[in-house]
Amino acid sequence: MTIKRTLSRVALALPAIALLIAPASAHRRWLLPSATVLSGDHEVVSVDAAIANGLFYFDHHAMPLDDLVITGPDGKAVQPKIIGSGKYRSVFDVPLDTQGTYRIALASNGVFGSYMLNGERKRWRGSAEAAKTGIPAGATEVQLTPVASRVETFVTLGAPSTTALKPTGKGIEMVPVSHPNDLVAGEAAKMRFLIDGKPAPGLDVEFVQGGTRYRDKEAMQHITTDADGIATLNAAAPGMYYLETSNGGGREAPKGGTRMSYAAVLEFLPG
Amino acid sequence: MRFTLCLVGTSIAASPALAGDLAVKVDIPQLRVAEYHRPYVALWIEDAKGNTVANLANWYQIRRGREDGTKWLPDLRTWWRHSGRSLKLPVDGVSGPTRAPGSHVLRFTEGSRALPKLAPGNYTLMVEAAREVGGRELVSIPFRWGAAGSRSASGSSELGTVTLQIKP
Repeated sequence: MTIKRTLSRVALALPAIALLIAPASAHRRWLLPSATVLSGDHEVVSVDAAIANGLFYFDHHAMPLDDLVITGPDGKAVQPKIIGSGKYRSVFDVPLDTQGTYRIALASNGVFGSYMLNGERKRWRGSAEAAKTGIPAGATEVQLTPVASRVETFVTLGAPSTTALKPTGKGIEMVPVSHPNDLVAGEAAKMRFLIDGKPAPGLDVEFVQGGTRYRDKEAMQHITTDADGIATLNAAAPGMYYLETSNGGGREAPKGGTRMSYAAVLEFLPG
Repeated sequence: MRFTLCLVGTSIAASPALAGDLAVKVDIPQLRVAEYHRPYVALWIEDAKGNTVANLANWYQIRRGREDGTKWLPDLRTWWRHSGRSLKLPVDGVSGPTRAPGSHVLRFTEGSRALPKLAPGNYTLMVEAAREVGGRELVSIPFRWGAAGSRSASGSSELGTVTLQIKP
């Protein structure tokens, strides 16, 4: 319990670390695009990135953008234009110059934990490789937990495509069965979840519509993935939706395993 | 009233009765709003399975060298999802500029660029309108291709009466 409290205090102080902590905390991490369905030869999507409680109101922390990875329709990386970070949100523009679907993600794979050095407890985060050399030789009580976290959203210029949606095989990933930019309220959407590239049955997926400020009930749906790792999403009303899941039931990392989390923002349009 | 109806009938019937002739009259209502922009409109035909078999017309702001009016085409949500997003725009003989409030009559001959040959059967005429700083509306008219007839349906906000007339 003490450790947990310490962790959450660190999380509050350092949003960069909050990014690596499982979504057990109430804060949600999201990337909110200015539009998901676009047309023309060239467009720009502006994205708000926040660690917040509200959906989709930036009310807690700006999201660090160190782990931002944007994949274009051809599978190549797209360079965003980082506008900057305020107190409550970060903003960046994504140029869309190729027809098809873009995957905009904050993906991190590394380790997080602490060690004792000269009687003091030190915190550590970074890649597994960096941990080998980054932690001093005299350190004792080294406790490191591998983490794999992904926060993403999707936008499409013109007709949807699937090249950018290919899984990387690391952590929890969502492989759309229904295309993420072809979602309509009232039509069931199917998404397959993978853990390290393999279908993840029995995963608890939280699915909730934006606009939380203007309603009394959270109205969160809990969806369990089926034997093939597929979650069926039913959005009754059009709007932006937030989807979140993690291993270990969203509370504790599995013993000795990697702490994994996944979150996405999906837009359901009116039929 | 009867006079108006008669006029409408005449304007559509005025087209020569060629084989496989299809005429559509679309009313764009006059709206009293502070900021008015002519609506983007798409007219297309779907088969019984919901596949688009003909893109009859799509009206949007086609401006060369200036801000591209294609930006707002996804606001024609149904059309964009069904076929618009897969088209190379503008489409010759289909895409055209926006039109002012009033009645617009369009005629199509089977086998033309906008209306390919259709097998006899059940189809639906779809008319969708979306207005900048305004709303969106979709009006559909089911019909049977191969039988003469005239059918109408009315919108309630962005579209007035839509009339379809077929002369096989």
